[in-house]
Amino acid sequence: MDKLINDFSFGLFFWQALILLVLLFLLRKYAWKPILDSLNNREEGIKNALESAEAARKEMQNLQADNERILNEARAERDGMLKEARQLKENMIADAKSEAQAEADKIVAQAQVTIQSEKKAAIADIKSQVAGLSIEIAEKVVRQELADKDKQLALVQSMLGDVTLN
Amino acid sequence: MQKISVVRIFMTLALILTSLNLVAKDAEKGENEGRVDTKNEIDAYIEHHLQDSHDFTLWSDGQEGTHVGFPLPVILWDGGLKVFSSSKFHHGETVAEVEGNYYKLYHSKIYKTDAEGTITYDEDHHATNAKPLDFSITKNVVTILIVCVLMFLMFGGLAKSYRKGPLPTGFGRVLEPLVIYVRDEIAIPNIGKEKHRKFMGFLLTVFFFIWILNLLGMTPLGVNVTGNIAITVCLALFTYFITQFSANKEYWKHIFWMPGVPVIMKIVLMPIEILGTLTKPFALLIRLFANITAGHVVIMSLIALIFTAQNIYVMTPVSLLLTIFISVIELLVAFLQAFIFTMLSALFIGLAVQDHDHH
Repeated sequence: MDKLINDFSFGLFFWQALILLVLLFLLRKYAWKPILDSLNNREEGIKNALESAEAARKEMQNLQADNERILNEARAERDGMLKEARQLKENMIADAKSEAQAEADKIVAQAQVTIQSEKKAAIADIKSQVAGLSIEIAEKVVRQELADKDKQLALVQSMLGDVTLN
Repeated sequence: MQKISVVRIFMTLALILTSLNLVAKDAEKGENEGRVDTKNEIDAYIEHHLQDSHDFTLWSDGQEGTHVGFPLPVILWDGGLKVFSSSKFHHGETVAEVEGNYYKLYHSKIYKTDAEGTITYDEDHHATNAKPLDFSITKNVVTILIVCVLMFLMFGGLAKSYRKGPLPTGFGRVLEPLVIYVRDEIAIPNIGKEKHRKFMGFLLTVFFFIWILNLLGMTPLGVNVTGNIAITVCLALFTYFITQFSANKEYWKHIFWMPGVPVIMKIVLMPIEILGTLTKPFALLIRLFANITAGHVVIMSLIALIFTAQNIYVMTPVSLLLTIFISVIELLVAFLQAFIFTMLSALFIGLAVQDHDHH
């Protein structure tokens, strides 16, 4: 310790303090400040660039997701429309079928009714004609019987032969 | 651009050195005919190397008594300013006469003597002659100035290279990561992101200043600047004053009136805390001084093994291998001590400026 104090040179201390002060001042002004400033600027720049790249990437992702969604929606809409159209077509066909069936049934039913009434009328007509003929025949038979028995019979025979059921 | 200017400076320096050498060569026989081979002489030689000197000696030929180097200006305050060249001392061998006063260089210190250069001693073999205030531009001052110029060129160049583009070119590529290292590993972790900017100038300057000087100490130039107590005291005092002047209210409160302890403890803690502010920079200055000095002593002692050895053929390779090994370690220590000094400075500053909201 004694030696240390003895070795201490005030002159050297003085110069060192002076030079260090000047060096500190000069370097701070001409070196450290510009160096640290440009380092900071550069790091800020890199940080900003990275951040904006990240933001751009995210936006890109969002856009892609949007596109995908829109595409899916369009696809779904198309599918829906197609399905609806198919349904509509089927419904129309089914409707047409059932309507046609009903119409046909109606026509058949009407035809049957007409046939039935025609048939009744024809039968009634036949009945009345048969009755008239029968009376005529009976008249003629009765008249011939009165003259000849054989003749009466022949007459009946011929008369019956004439009768045609129309 | 920058590379060329650094090279030019070196060339100019080399030119100055050689031209001065021619003038400064002087042939005068030293004591013991200049040989350094006994144990005591080696001790004295190492001790002499560790100290500052008034001339820049590059090498000496002991046998012929020649010293190759150049003299430096001596500036004394002894009832008036006295400036003369250190060549007047002839490496301590003669008495320098300046304006009727006589001065003698003895163990790297200047003493006032009579015309014959008598040095009187006390019982501990300390010189008792009067010592004038010595403001000489010594070898260490010259080295510091060279380092300043180097740093200014290196970092001024780095600063300039940013004007051309965001990335430095040339030597700046090497310096930039170091600057970032000091900022991100030393300043920000200890001081904090918001407050570190103010202290970056000091921390960067001190870091590179110590590191370059430590490395220069390993060159054969034979300078030992960071192993000089005056230098480390100065550096530590800078840290001390910066710490004290930037300290906030909380810091002073913790020193003079420690919160959260009983009143009696507050009174007991006060002197301890005040002492603590002084022991911190003291530890800084002793650590740097002791590490660098020890490194120099070890390397020089290992080389000296060659001269004290009985069998020179066995000892030389052993000594060289050991020296290389220790030199590699010293390279690491050179960085490590610069790092530790800056790191601890940052830590002390950080303690003084941090907000104690986490209590």
